[in-house]
Amino acid sequence: MFAAAGDSMLSHGMKQTGSISLNHLQGVIYAVLNPWVAIGILLLLAFFATYMTALSWADLTYVLPATSLGYVMLALVARFVLHEHVSPLRWLGIALITGGVGFVAGGPELTKHPHGDAPVGKPCVAASPLLAKDARNGAPGVEV
Amino acid sequence: MKGIYTWSAILAIVFASVIGDVLLARAMKQVGDVGALWRRAGLGIVIGRTLGNPNFLFGVAAMAVAFFSLLFALSWGDVSLVAPAAASLTFIGNAIAAKIFLHERVDQRRWIAAGLVAAGVALLAG
Repeated sequence: MFAAAGDSMLSHGMKQTGSISLNHLQGVIYAVLNPWVAIGILLLLAFFATYMTALSWADLTYVLPATSLGYVMLALVARFVLHEHVSPLRWLGIALITGGVGFVAGGPELTKHPHGDAPVGKPCVAASPLLAKDARNGAPGVEV
Repeated sequence: MKGIYTWSAILAIVFASVIGDVLLARAMKQVGDVGALWRRAGLGIVIGRTLGNPNFLFGVAAMAVAFFSLLFALSWGDVSLVAPAAASLTFIGNAIAAKIFLHERVDQRRWIAAGLVAAGVALLAG
Protein backbone atom coordinates (compact mmCIF):
# COMPACT_ATOMS: atom_id res chain seq x y z
CA MET A 1 0.00 0.00 0.00
CA PHE A 2 2.82 2.34 0.87
CA ALA A 3 4.58 1.56 -2.37
CA ALA A 4 1.41 1.99 -4.33
CA ALA A 5 0.85 5.33 -2.64
CA GLY A 6 4.37 6.50 -3.33
CA ASP A 7 4.18 5.31 -6.88
CA SER A 8 0.93 7.00 -7.68
CA MET A 9 2.11 10.17 -5.97
CA LEU A 10 5.28 10.18 -8.01
CA SER A 11 3.51 9.49 -11.25
CA HIS A 12 0.93 12.15 -10.80
CA GLY A 13 3.62 14.48 -9.68
CA MET A 14 5.31 13.81 -12.97
CA LYS A 15 2.12 14.30 -14.86
CA GLN A 16 1.37 17.52 -13.11
CA THR A 17 4.77 18.99 -13.73
CA GLY A 18 4.68 17.90 -17.34
CA SER A 19 1.48 19.65 -18.06
CA ILE A 20 2.41 22.73 -16.10
CA SER A 21 5.56 23.33 -18.05
CA LEU A 22 3.78 22.62 -21.32
CA ASN A 23 1.05 25.06 -20.51
CA HIS A 24 3.59 27.70 -19.76
CA LEU A 25 5.38 27.10 -23.00
CA GLN A 26 2.36 27.11 -25.20
CA GLY A 27 0.21 29.80 -23.72
CA VAL A 28 -2.84 28.72 -21.90
CA ILE A 29 -6.00 29.70 -23.63
CA TYR A 30 -5.90 29.40 -27.35
CA ALA A 31 -3.51 26.58 -27.97
CA VAL A 32 -5.89 23.82 -26.97
CA LEU A 33 -5.68 22.25 -30.38
CA ASN A 34 -1.95 21.94 -30.16
CA PRO A 35 -1.15 18.26 -29.54
CA TRP A 36 1.31 19.04 -26.73
CA VAL A 37 -1.28 21.03 -24.89
CA ALA A 38 -3.87 18.33 -25.48
CA ILE A 39 -1.49 15.77 -23.99
CA GLY A 40 -0.83 18.14 -21.14
CA ILE A 41 -4.54 18.46 -20.45
CA LEU A 42 -4.99 14.69 -20.56
CA LEU A 43 -2.13 14.24 -18.12
CA LEU A 44 -3.60 16.89 -15.89
CA LEU A 45 -6.89 15.01 -15.87
CA ALA A 46 -5.03 11.82 -14.97
CA PHE A 47 -3.29 13.69 -12.18
CA PHE A 48 -6.62 14.96 -10.94
CA ALA A 49 -8.15 11.47 -10.93
CA THR A 50 -5.27 9.97 -8.95
CA TYR A 51 -5.28 12.95 -6.60
CA MET A 52 -8.98 12.39 -5.92
CA THR A 53 -8.35 8.70 -5.35
CA ALA A 54 -5.64 9.46 -2.83
CA LEU A 55 -7.91 11.94 -1.07
CA SER A 56 -10.55 9.26 -0.73
CA TRP A 57 -8.41 7.27 1.68
CA ALA A 58 -5.91 9.73 3.11
CA ASP A 59 -5.94 13.08 4.86
CA LEU A 60 -5.55 16.30 2.96
CA THR A 61 -2.57 17.15 5.13
CA TYR A 62 -1.05 13.83 4.11
CA VAL A 63 -1.77 13.99 0.39
CA LEU A 64 -0.70 17.57 -0.20
CA PRO A 65 2.92 17.31 0.95
CA ALA A 66 3.18 14.07 -0.97
CA THR A 67 2.02 15.70 -4.19
CA SER A 68 4.64 18.37 -3.71
CA LEU A 69 7.17 15.70 -4.70
CA GLY A 70 6.06 16.80 -8.14
CA TYR A 71 8.15 19.95 -7.74
CA VAL A 72 11.14 17.79 -6.91
CA MET A 73 10.53 15.64 -9.96
CA LEU A 74 10.28 18.76 -12.09
CA ALA A 75 13.66 19.96 -10.86
CA LEU A 76 15.25 16.55 -11.39
CA VAL A 77 13.82 16.31 -14.89
CA ALA A 78 15.14 19.78 -15.62
CA ARG A 79 18.57 18.76 -14.37
CA PHE A 80 18.99 15.34 -15.93
CA VAL A 81 16.78 15.37 -19.02
CA LEU A 82 16.92 18.98 -20.08
CA HIS A 83 20.44 19.49 -18.63
CA GLU A 84 19.48 22.76 -17.05
CA HIS A 85 21.54 24.25 -14.28
CA VAL A 86 19.99 23.72 -10.85
CA SER A 87 21.25 26.29 -8.37
CA PRO A 88 22.31 25.37 -4.80
CA LEU A 89 19.29 27.26 -3.49
CA ARG A 90 17.03 24.99 -5.49
CA TRP A 91 18.81 21.90 -4.27
CA LEU A 92 18.12 23.21 -0.78
CA GLY A 93 14.46 23.54 -1.73
CA ILE A 94 14.44 19.97 -3.00
CA ALA A 95 15.99 18.79 0.25
CA LEU A 96 13.41 20.69 2.30
CA ILE A 97 10.48 19.26 0.36
CA THR A 98 11.85 15.76 0.53
CA GLY A 99 12.41 16.14 4.24
CA GLY A 100 8.91 17.44 4.73
CA VAL A 101 7.39 14.58 2.79
CA GLY A 102 9.49 12.16 4.80
CA PHE A 103 8.12 13.73 7.95
CA VAL A 104 4.54 13.07 6.96
CA ALA A 105 5.07 9.70 5.35
CA GLY A 106 7.47 8.44 7.98
CA GLY A 107 5.80 7.92 11.29
CA PRO A 108 2.71 6.05 12.34
CA GLU A 109 0.67 8.86 10.85
CA LEU A 110 0.39 7.02 7.60
CA THR A 111 -1.69 4.16 8.90
CA LYS A 112 -3.07 6.00 11.86
CA HIS A 113 -4.51 8.85 9.96
CA PRO A 114 -6.62 7.41 7.19
CA HIS A 115 -8.06 5.05 9.75
CA GLY A 116 -6.96 7.18 12.65
CA ASP A 117 -9.89 9.37 11.85
CA ALA A 118 -12.04 6.36 12.54
CA PRO A 119 -11.85 6.25 16.35
CA VAL A 120 -12.50 9.94 16.62
CA GLY A 121 -13.96 9.85 13.22
CA LYS A 122 -16.71 7.31 13.45
CA PRO A 123 -18.97 10.14 14.42
CA CYS A 124 -16.81 12.43 12.33
CA VAL A 125 -17.22 10.51 9.09
CA ALA A 126 -20.92 10.31 9.71
CA ALA A 127 -21.09 13.95 10.59
CA SER A 128 -19.12 15.42 7.74
CA PRO A 129 -21.76 14.88 5.04
CA LEU A 130 -24.33 16.43 7.31
CA LEU A 131 -21.99 19.21 8.14
CA ALA A 132 -21.45 19.95 4.51
CA LYS A 133 -24.96 19.60 3.30
CA ASP A 134 -27.49 21.11 5.60
CA ALA A 135 -26.99 23.80 8.13
CA ARG A 136 -29.20 22.33 10.79
CA ASN A 137 -27.07 19.25 11.07
CA GLY A 138 -23.95 21.33 10.72
CA ALA A 139 -23.87 22.31 14.37
CA PRO A 140 -23.44 18.82 15.85
CA GLY A 141 -20.90 18.14 13.18
CA VAL A 142 -18.81 21.07 14.25
CA GLU A 143 -18.75 19.85 17.81
CA VAL A 144 -17.21 16.60 16.70
CA MET B 1 0.18 50.01 -6.64
CA LYS B 2 0.94 47.05 -8.80
CA GLY B 3 2.24 45.29 -5.74
CA ILE B 4 -1.13 45.59 -4.05
CA TYR B 5 -2.88 44.16 -7.10
CA THR B 6 -0.42 41.32 -7.31
CA TRP B 7 -0.65 40.45 -3.64
CA SER B 8 -4.42 40.58 -3.57
CA ALA B 9 -4.49 38.29 -6.58
CA ILE B 10 -2.07 35.97 -4.78
CA LEU B 11 -4.32 35.99 -1.73
CA ALA B 12 -7.29 35.24 -3.97
CA ILE B 13 -5.41 32.27 -5.42
CA VAL B 14 -4.57 30.99 -1.97
CA PHE B 15 -8.09 31.39 -0.63
CA ALA B 16 -9.75 29.83 -3.65
CA SER B 17 -7.42 26.88 -3.83
CA VAL B 18 -7.58 26.20 -0.11
CA ILE B 19 -11.38 26.25 -0.28
CA GLY B 20 -11.24 24.03 -3.34
CA ASP B 21 -8.89 21.54 -1.70
CA VAL B 22 -10.96 21.33 1.45
CA LEU B 23 -14.18 20.82 -0.51
CA LEU B 24 -12.59 18.17 -2.72
CA ALA B 25 -11.14 16.35 0.27
CA ARG B 26 -14.51 16.40 1.98
CA ALA B 27 -16.23 15.19 -1.19
CA MET B 28 -13.86 12.26 -1.52
CA LYS B 29 -14.30 11.35 2.14
CA GLN B 30 -18.02 11.21 1.45
CA VAL B 31 -17.54 9.10 -1.64
CA GLY B 32 -15.36 6.77 0.41
CA ASP B 33 -12.38 4.66 -0.52
CA VAL B 34 -12.37 4.72 -4.29
CA GLY B 35 -10.48 1.44 -4.66
CA ALA B 36 -12.91 -0.47 -2.48
CA LEU B 37 -15.94 1.13 -4.08
CA TRP B 38 -14.60 0.36 -7.54
CA ARG B 39 -14.20 -3.32 -6.73
CA ARG B 40 -17.60 -3.47 -5.13
CA ALA B 41 -19.71 -1.37 -7.46
CA GLY B 42 -17.71 -0.64 -10.60
CA LEU B 43 -16.05 2.42 -12.07
CA GLY B 44 -19.31 3.94 -13.27
CA ILE B 45 -20.64 4.19 -9.74
CA VAL B 46 -17.38 5.76 -8.56
CA ILE B 47 -17.45 8.41 -11.27
CA GLY B 48 -21.17 9.02 -10.90
CA ARG B 49 -20.97 9.38 -7.15
CA THR B 50 -17.98 11.71 -7.38
CA LEU B 51 -19.42 13.94 -10.09
CA GLY B 52 -22.79 13.98 -8.35
CA ASN B 53 -21.30 15.18 -5.08
CA PRO B 54 -22.10 18.87 -4.55
CA ASN B 55 -18.88 19.38 -2.58
CA PHE B 56 -16.93 18.07 -5.53
CA LEU B 57 -18.64 20.47 -7.93
CA PHE B 58 -18.09 23.47 -5.65
CA GLY B 59 -14.51 22.35 -5.12
CA VAL B 60 -13.87 22.26 -8.84
CA ALA B 61 -15.50 25.68 -9.20
CA ALA B 62 -13.19 27.04 -6.49
CA MET B 63 -10.22 25.54 -8.32
CA ALA B 64 -11.35 27.30 -11.49
CA VAL B 65 -11.52 30.59 -9.58
CA ALA B 66 -8.01 29.93 -8.29
CA PHE B 67 -6.80 29.28 -11.82
CA PHE B 68 -8.21 32.53 -13.18
CA SER B 69 -6.84 34.43 -10.18
CA LEU B 70 -3.49 32.97 -11.15
CA LEU B 71 -3.89 34.35 -14.66
CA PHE B 72 -4.71 37.78 -13.21
CA ALA B 73 -1.80 37.62 -10.80
CA LEU B 74 0.55 36.68 -13.62
CA SER B 75 -0.63 39.59 -15.69
CA TRP B 76 0.20 41.98 -12.83
CA GLY B 77 3.27 40.45 -11.28
CA ASP B 78 6.32 38.36 -12.08
CA VAL B 79 6.13 34.60 -12.24
CA SER B 80 9.10 34.44 -9.90
CA LEU B 81 7.06 36.15 -7.21
CA VAL B 82 3.56 34.85 -7.89
CA ALA B 83 4.29 31.14 -8.30
CA PRO B 84 6.30 30.51 -5.12
CA ALA B 85 4.23 32.86 -2.97
CA ALA B 86 0.93 31.33 -4.00
CA ALA B 87 2.17 27.75 -3.81
CA SER B 88 3.79 27.96 -0.41
CA LEU B 89 1.02 30.03 1.19
CA THR B 90 -1.45 27.47 -0.12
CA PHE B 91 0.35 24.71 1.78
CA ILE B 92 0.20 26.63 5.05
CA GLY B 93 -3.40 27.65 4.45
CA ASN B 94 -4.38 24.08 3.70
CA ALA B 95 -2.88 22.78 6.93
CA ILE B 96 -4.86 25.36 8.90
CA ALA B 97 -8.06 24.76 6.94
CA ALA B 98 -7.76 20.97 7.19
CA LYS B 99 -7.49 21.29 10.94
CA ILE B 100 -10.44 23.65 11.28
CA PHE B 101 -12.85 22.36 8.65
CA LEU B 102 -11.92 18.72 8.14
CA HIS B 103 -11.06 18.00 11.78
CA GLU B 104 -7.87 16.35 10.71
CA ARG B 105 -5.39 15.81 13.50
CA VAL B 106 -2.66 18.16 12.38
CA ASP B 107 0.04 17.30 14.88
CA GLN B 108 3.52 18.72 15.22
CA ARG B 109 4.84 16.34 12.62
CA ARG B 110 2.42 17.65 10.03
CA TRP B 111 3.00 21.29 10.90
CA ILE B 112 6.72 20.78 10.46
CA ALA B 113 6.10 18.99 7.19
CA ALA B 114 3.84 21.77 5.93
CA GLY B 115 6.44 24.34 6.90
CA LEU B 116 9.30 22.46 5.28
CA VAL B 117 7.38 21.84 2.09
CA ALA B 118 6.21 25.46 1.91
CA ALA B 119 9.78 26.69 2.34
CA GLY B 120 11.08 24.17 -0.19
CA VAL B 121 8.44 25.09 -2.75
CA ALA B 122 9.21 28.77 -2.27
CA LEU B 123 12.90 28.10 -2.94
CA LEU B 124 12.23 25.85 -5.92
CA ALA B 125 9.63 27.93 -7.63
CA GLY B 126 11.43 31.23 -7.01
